[in-house]
Amino acid sequence: MKRILASAALALSVATQAGITPPDELVKGVMLDIQHIISSDKALQAGDREKNIRLIEQKALPHFDHVAMTALAVGPNWRKATPEQKTRLSEAFRTLLVRTYASSLSAFGDQKLEFRPLNLKPDDTDVTVQVRVLKSGAQPVSVEYDMEKTPDGWKCYDVRVAGISLVVNYRTEFASIVRDKGIDGLIAALENKNRALAAADSSAKK
Amino acid sequence: MRLRAGALALVLALGAAGCASSGDPRDPLEGWNRGVQSFNDTADDYVMKPVSKAYRAVTPSGLRDMVRNFFNNIDDLLIGANNLLQGKPADAMNDWMRLAVNSTFGLGGLIDWASEMGLEKHDEDFGQTLARWGVGDGPYFVLPFLGPSTVRDSAALPVDWSYDPVFDARPIALRNTLVGVRYIQRRTDFLEAGQALQEAALDRYVFLREAYLQHRRSQVYDGHPPRERPPLE
Repeated sequence: MKRILASAALALSVATQAGITPPDELVKGVMLDIQHIISSDKALQAGDREKNIRLIEQKALPHFDHVAMTALAVGPNWRKATPEQKTRLSEAFRTLLVRTYASSLSAFGDQKLEFRPLNLKPDDTDVTVQVRVLKSGAQPVSVEYDMEKTPDGWKCYDVRVAGISLVVNYRTEFASIVRDKGIDGLIAALENKNRALAAADSSAKK
Repeated sequence: MRLRAGALALVLALGAAGCASSGDPRDPLEGWNRGVQSFNDTADDYVMKPVSKAYRAVTPSGLRDMVRNFFNNIDDLLIGANNLLQGKPADAMNDWMRLAVNSTFGLGGLIDWASEMGLEKHDEDFGQTLARWGVGDGPYFVLPFLGPSTVRDSAALPVDWSYDPVFDARPIALRNTLVGVRYIQRRTDFLEAGQALQEAALDRYVFLREAYLQHRRSQVYDGHPPRERPPLE
């Protein structure tokens, strides 16, 4: 009985292993998918903001761990936040990031991408997937996704474009706001920023 | 040219020394820097950005690629020299091969055949060379019109400029045209990035500073900086 159970458990774990898309294939699939959708949609190419945001939310967002991203960007202060503050922080940060991805979408839409295969070992749980964006006459721009293995598959917790980490870039900014105005001050700053951007969008439309 | 640029850097450094700071140890000249950045932003809003948008509106993207290629091809001369100074002769050879291929088969640099052939474009300057030689960043330093820099990178600029073939072009009217077109071409390439920056940042000054310092660090290590990864929570 024990043997059967053990082999069943083994079979199960092998099955889930196989079920998880490797991080490099995941990144490649998502990026090519998004690029393909943009290439066949005039409104997206013209920079239709709402449509861009929806595309990002549907295609890319499920593969990001925004709570981990927020925790890393907030740094040591994260531990001082209440669960409710954590939720509001990561929601607000997520909204801001989605918009940032969306506005960089039109830039990467028609670029040639070069995917670097990853030498993934079975016990790896934390890897960096590299993609390079090629542009005529210019040095390729490297885009790196730091990814962590979770029960729901590989999730991205930081993106570095040309060596600039999103998480690190926000860290100094967040730390100084928290120092001056506390965690609630940071939540307010993020939510205000999101409101201002949404307002700018709707006034641009009218 | 060399002397004048040096004098400019000196005046800027002296001007900066008199300014107040507010916190970040990497940015003791924050008062000065914020002032220069707001000057740059105003100049950008009224002149550089509108001109870049107009340039993009009236030129087909194929032509803009050629203009970019043309100036980037000239850069390969000094990129190679800097790679040599950094002890990377193979990279230097690669850069000069690029220059040779693109200047001839690429019709004076208009077409980037070298990249198609697998000779990859690099990005080097004398500031990175100094960094390789062990010179630290020095304080963050925003330059008028040129934007984010550090004291080290600003001090290195006159060296790159003094060997820059574009600055040596004559007659003066031609040189000025080339310098102007190059500036606008590069600004045009950053229109989207500028927009994204505007939207992403809570404090644009801090965001730009962090991005510049991170990007430079990555450049100095040719895209592979030693990893400083924070622990996952």
